[in-house]
Amino acid sequence: MLSIQNLSVSYGAIAALHGISFEVGPGEIVTLIGSNGAGKTSTLRAISGLIKSRGKILYQGRDLANLPPHEIVAAGISHVPEGRMIFANLTVAENLAMGAYLQKDKGGIERDRQFVFGMFPRLAERRQQVAGTLSGGEQQMLAIGRALMSRPKFLMLDEPSLGIAPILVKTIFEKIVEINRQQGLAILLVEQNANLALEISRHGCVLETGQIILRDSSAALRENPKVRAAYLGGV
Amino acid sequence: MNRLTSALLAWPKAVLLACLLASLAFWLISDRINPYYMDVLTKIGINVILAVSLNLINGYTGQFSLGHAGFMAVGAYAAAAVTMFAGPKFLALAPAAWLLPATDGLFLGALLIGGLAAALAGILVGAPSLRLKGDYLAIVTLGFGEIIRVIFRNIDSLGGALGLNGIPPYTNIFWVLAVACICTYVVLAMVHSTYGRGFVAVRDDEVAAEAMGLNTTRYKIVAFVVGAFFAGMAGGLYGHYTLSIDPKGFDFMRSIEIVVMVILGGMGNTAGVIAAAVLLTLLPEVLRPFEKYRMIFYSLLLIILMLTRPQGLFTWKRTLKTAGRA
Repeated sequence: MLSIQNLSVSYGAIAALHGISFEVGPGEIVTLIGSNGAGKTSTLRAISGLIKSRGKILYQGRDLANLPPHEIVAAGISHVPEGRMIFANLTVAENLAMGAYLQKDKGGIERDRQFVFGMFPRLAERRQQVAGTLSGGEQQMLAIGRALMSRPKFLMLDEPSLGIAPILVKTIFEKIVEINRQQGLAILLVEQNANLALEISRHGCVLETGQIILRDSSAALRENPKVRAAYLGGV
Repeated sequence: MNRLTSALLAWPKAVLLACLLASLAFWLISDRINPYYMDVLTKIGINVILAVSLNLINGYTGQFSLGHAGFMAVGAYAAAAVTMFAGPKFLALAPAAWLLPATDGLFLGALLIGGLAAALAGILVGAPSLRLKGDYLAIVTLGFGEIIRVIFRNIDSLGGALGLNGIPPYTNIFWVLAVACICTYVVLAMVHSTYGRGFVAVRDDEVAAEAMGLNTTRYKIVAFVVGAFFAGMAGGLYGHYTLSIDPKGFDFMRSIEIVVMVILGGMGNTAGVIAAAVLLTLLPEVLRPFEKYRMIFYSLLLIILMLTRPQGLFTWKRTLKTAGRA
């Protein structure tokens, strides 16, 4: 579905990604793990066209590299940015409407909205509330809901557990799996909480200083002593 | 731009029409009102146009511009040039009985040309500064305002440093109120539409807006163009009211005055910004008896207001705090 080939990103003179390659199959959850500064967020930003990159981003056979972000959203790729980045001064309902920015059919938008509200009932309760007043977890739900409103076939999540109460992290990860199963949505997940991420994903890539040093099934990565030592906290 | 036009049409036009009729009715009775009050009211109207249009750029879209006086200057000079240089020929040729008196037709044309000239300047400033944010954008727009002023000072056919004198007195209270109503209507209609929520989205989080597929560049340009257009109209009204304009009247302090109105009213709160424009125009008048201490009082009041109500004097809900990034 998505095939990244030799993708490089640099900020000025500093290179963040040195030609990484990986693939995400249809309906698959793939996890990128790695420490701070390894290039995880840069990878997602390059895919969604927010930053310039070199290399190929093949999506359903089409090279999306360096297209403007709105064309990439239109192609069916949706990005839930790190730190949620909801529109704090708009209501929940308006935030969702912004997610459907490129959708034209009213009926379809309403159906998507009901799907999001079904997935996250909390958002339905608070639809008229200004989004900046939501809790961290609710904001994350809203960010995911908003991304779903663009009717993606491929969803990218950047650190969905960041700064969220542990009890909500579990809920949000359950929802991610549910969305993946119900909609057959392919998901690329970037997560510091590698344990959790490797539990729900099929494949994983380990990024280190801009390079992919390991690519394997998630089950195998969980058993890999090196990964365990570096990212899983342990024994 | 389809969404934009449909957004403008969706907003209740009846309200606008009523406001325009009220402006007309007010103009009809304006002879009986104390000329001093009319003078203050005209200034208020012009400041409302400036503040509401700047609020679209600074408040709703979050692009901090310090160049509003520059746009105003472009509009003032363009409109004055039309009525002074092309006006006599036009009036000689125009049929006597028209839909509206020939001078009003000429003035409307001049105002629109002033607005369009300023809008063009808006594109010129908006486009290259789109890569800049916050303070950097403020400095670029400040520079633009100064460049405009210096350019006009050096165009001899437009009066140079002396400015243009003998502009025909076409501005009356109807024109001022009418443009203020239209400006307010357009800004409100834009930001309260599905299309227009994008302005607030760009302000709240540009990266997220981009990731949602919004064309953030276009939003910023539209904000600059529409804001500059109305600043240009305000400039045209101003010129045909004071009857003489010179580059000094459009300096940096003028831009600051407008920015203060927007901040005091509450960024992105049109009603508040209108109230602040009224208040800040009235205040120096009310403080007139205090003579030389007037500006000290004025400045002190601004400081107190900012300390006690940083979110804007008239903002109660939907505050523009960058809330909830916890």
